[in-house]
Amino acid sequence: MSTTLNRVGLPRDAYKGAATTLCAGCGHNSITNHMIKALYELGVEPHRLAKMSGIGCSSKTPAYFVETAHGFNGVHGRMPALTTGAQLANRQLIMLGVSGDGDTASIGLGQFLHMIRRNIDCTYIIEDNGTYGLTKGQFSATADLGSVQKKGAVNTFQPIDPCAVALTLGCSFVARSFSGDGKQVVPLIKAAIAHRGTAILDIISPCVTFNDHDGSTKSYSWVKDHEESIADVSFIPFFEEVHVDYEPGTVRDVELHDGSHIVLKKLGEDHDPSDRRAAMRVIEEGRAAGHLVTGLLYLDTTMSDFATAEGIPEAPLKDLGEAELRLTPDQFDQFISEFA
Amino acid sequence: MTEQIINDLTIQAATVNGSGSQTANLILTRAIFKMGIPVAPKNVFPSNIEGLPTWYQLRITPDGHMARTERVDVLIAFNPSTWREDLLSVRSGGAVIHEEAFSNADVRTDLTYYPVPFSKLAKSKIQNDTLRKQLANMIYVGVVAGLLGIPWEALEHGVTRQFLAKPKAVQVNLDAIKVGLDYWQDNFSKTDPYHLKPMTGRVEGKVLVEGNQAAALGALMGGVTVVAWYPITPSSSLCEYLIAYTDRFRVDPKTGEKRVAIVQAEDELAAVGMAIGAGWAGARAMTSTSGPGLSLMAEFAGLGYYAEVPVVIFDIQRIGPSTGLPTRTSQADIAFAYTLSHGDTKHLVLLPGTVEECYEFGRDAFDYADRFQTPVFVLSDLDLGMNLWMTPAFKYPEKPFDRGKVLSKEDLERLAGDWGRYRDVDGDAVAYRTLPGTDHPAAGFFTRGSGHDENARYTESPVAYERNMDRLLRKLETARGALPAPVVDEEAKSAIGLIAFGSTHAAMLEAREELAAAKKPVDYLRVRALPLSPEVTAFVARHERVYVVEQNRDGQMFDLIRLALPPELVGRLHSIRHYNGQPIPAAAITEPLLESEPVPA
Repeated sequence: MSTTLNRVGLPRDAYKGAATTLCAGCGHNSITNHMIKALYELGVEPHRLAKMSGIGCSSKTPAYFVETAHGFNGVHGRMPALTTGAQLANRQLIMLGVSGDGDTASIGLGQFLHMIRRNIDCTYIIEDNGTYGLTKGQFSATADLGSVQKKGAVNTFQPIDPCAVALTLGCSFVARSFSGDGKQVVPLIKAAIAHRGTAILDIISPCVTFNDHDGSTKSYSWVKDHEESIADVSFIPFFEEVHVDYEPGTVRDVELHDGSHIVLKKLGEDHDPSDRRAAMRVIEEGRAAGHLVTGLLYLDTTMSDFATAEGIPEAPLKDLGEAELRLTPDQFDQFISEFA
Repeated sequence: MTEQIINDLTIQAATVNGSGSQTANLILTRAIFKMGIPVAPKNVFPSNIEGLPTWYQLRITPDGHMARTERVDVLIAFNPSTWREDLLSVRSGGAVIHEEAFSNADVRTDLTYYPVPFSKLAKSKIQNDTLRKQLANMIYVGVVAGLLGIPWEALEHGVTRQFLAKPKAVQVNLDAIKVGLDYWQDNFSKTDPYHLKPMTGRVEGKVLVEGNQAAALGALMGGVTVVAWYPITPSSSLCEYLIAYTDRFRVDPKTGEKRVAIVQAEDELAAVGMAIGAGWAGARAMTSTSGPGLSLMAEFAGLGYYAEVPVVIFDIQRIGPSTGLPTRTSQADIAFAYTLSHGDTKHLVLLPGTVEECYEFGRDAFDYADRFQTPVFVLSDLDLGMNLWMTPAFKYPEKPFDRGKVLSKEDLERLAGDWGRYRDVDGDAVAYRTLPGTDHPAAGFFTRGSGHDENARYTESPVAYERNMDRLLRKLETARGALPAPVVDEEAKSAIGLIAFGSTHAAMLEAREELAAAKKPVDYLRVRALPLSPEVTAFVARHERVYVVEQNRDGQMFDLIRLALPPELVGRLHSIRHYNGQPIPAAAITEPLLESEPVPA
């Protein structure tokens, strides 16, 4: 185990949490580890991190990383509301939401949409396994048409694709990945945190107990066989020198709000992450071809997040006192006299 | 001519919703108030934008009675569709100002009629084409002014005050009022008994305020910084006033930065969730809603209770659910709000009975929420919230904010990090909390529902669960003694006591006067918070018979009090209920009481 300290003087262990209580081999545990790596390498100060979640297997995971940070395991499907409120109370917090496919695409779909619409500054990770684990294996709304439940039932409904939905709403950061692809997940988490606005990261995360069988399109083997990454993602944090030595025309470099860079190295066809229609097309073409397209699908660094657009100060609202919040006695008397 | 009736009458304007009549009614109200005469307006409006009938009752009494009355003295009949029905509401001997074109076939002969060709006057005398429909209402203001003797200066004040933000509109409205006044003077001589005369001693130092304005000002002075809401009648205006007030008082003129975040949420689930998220992160946070929205907030209210997160929830009660009668008043949410959530839950509920208390409780609710780390409900209603009430001017707060038990970085250093989020250190069952962003390695904890131990660690231990449940109950006991105490008036030294809460107060004051006049004086206790103060039980113990008066069908407060009483006192408790959606009049108390308590011959 490395004892190297990061830029805020903390070892990697400082980013660990309680022992997981999820099943051995659960994709969510891999994501937890990716999260620990990303937060450690970014040098996020634990006290500035707010780990938010709803209900479900995914929503338990904030207990499994950065134990010293504040976390809020809220009610089912309502993480976006709690996150919105906390973010507005204190803009200095780094809001990191963890949700699942049931929590996001069923009970929480409304809040998911409206959080995106407002562009609340937060990272929203969907640990997406197409099934309800804690209640033992019912289909979720992200399960693909025709995918087969463990007990044999076939899903007859169209899936809700969180990335496609987010794109439709003009989400400022949309990415998809696979829990088994740490090389891609870690830089995407870092970029999502560096991004100012709602960053949606849909991570396919197989459920070993209820959805890892033949006929499932969210199993380890299916995703491994069908994942098609649109670009190699690397992340260069603001505190490191930008050093790109790729051949011209093979990479795209996007600067994020905090001065960090996300560098995308072309793999196949060139994808322009600032082109929303292209992102939709990539998803649809992937679906038609039976692939799971992963990578950074869309990024807009020009859109104002909600708090900025509303003129809310950077200094936390929670710290304001009587002098800043109350009328003066003269203002008060004048105001009351207007009711005469 | 009959004997004059001075400053003691009720005007009822029957108009069409969306026609601009509300402005005319408010000008009339402010003009009469300017004469030093107490006014009590009640707006009875439909759930409609334009076209349905609407009524505005302006009660004028020398004593300042503010409850609704069913007695109409002067009718302004402006709506052909309700003309016949409106006539029936007028007391015998009353006066009727009506559109001349309305049929007078077979009308009552015990009323005085003043027919006015409003449509013709509007066409011939009002030059402004775009505003003709609105200004036509001003003509009746002028006619009423002529009928009752409202001085021109008072009318000028009413118009100027009404158009504070639009001074250009003052003259055109005054011109239209003059049309009506001239018509009165040229065409009528007074044959009814009603007169208004300037008076002193009742309205000095008083202002006219809606409960929702008062509550918004309370929230502003209480230091709210995060507001999330979803529009719903009759609560919407509370947040809309708050938006206007914060635009005026919370924006930094140099930077344009706003010292408040206000979000119009997608629904009430999100609204209360945002407020709880903000309360958890340390802001003074609130939402405002009405019954249907409160229903949606149940799950989060329970989380707030168990996770012990401060938040303020205003509920401006109305009749619901679904379309219900959204523009009619009610006090039927109290039992629901008190235990909002599944599971064992009891919330702190404040019950303002006046607009002054809407301001004070709206402000202090944030202190209670922070101090007891729990959702605090402020239950107003449509009558209190949306009508104008005469009130003493509000007082500037004497106390700074009470932010409750929050541990800072320095506190944690002093404690060497030894603390637990749900430990009862002080014996009052209120634990210490830390806020996200506190720069100390021991500050962080994981917030969740009821399944946690003293250190906020998840546990399914039956012992730990029960211990936490018992502490929450003890916390409620701590709060019980700290919330606004009942207001008790036992000067009547009666064997009979009345208990009421909220907007019923206005009718109670009047009913007590009526009962005293009928040789049946009664004592009075007004409940101002839940959980109930022990004072309530003591009051019942001191009286032979106690009537709980409330505006709901099931006697919800009656039930709550019965549950709190020792068995030997339960039989003393009786119930008077009013639930037709109209604000309770004094008669709805006096009449059933005198039936149950006949005065010995």
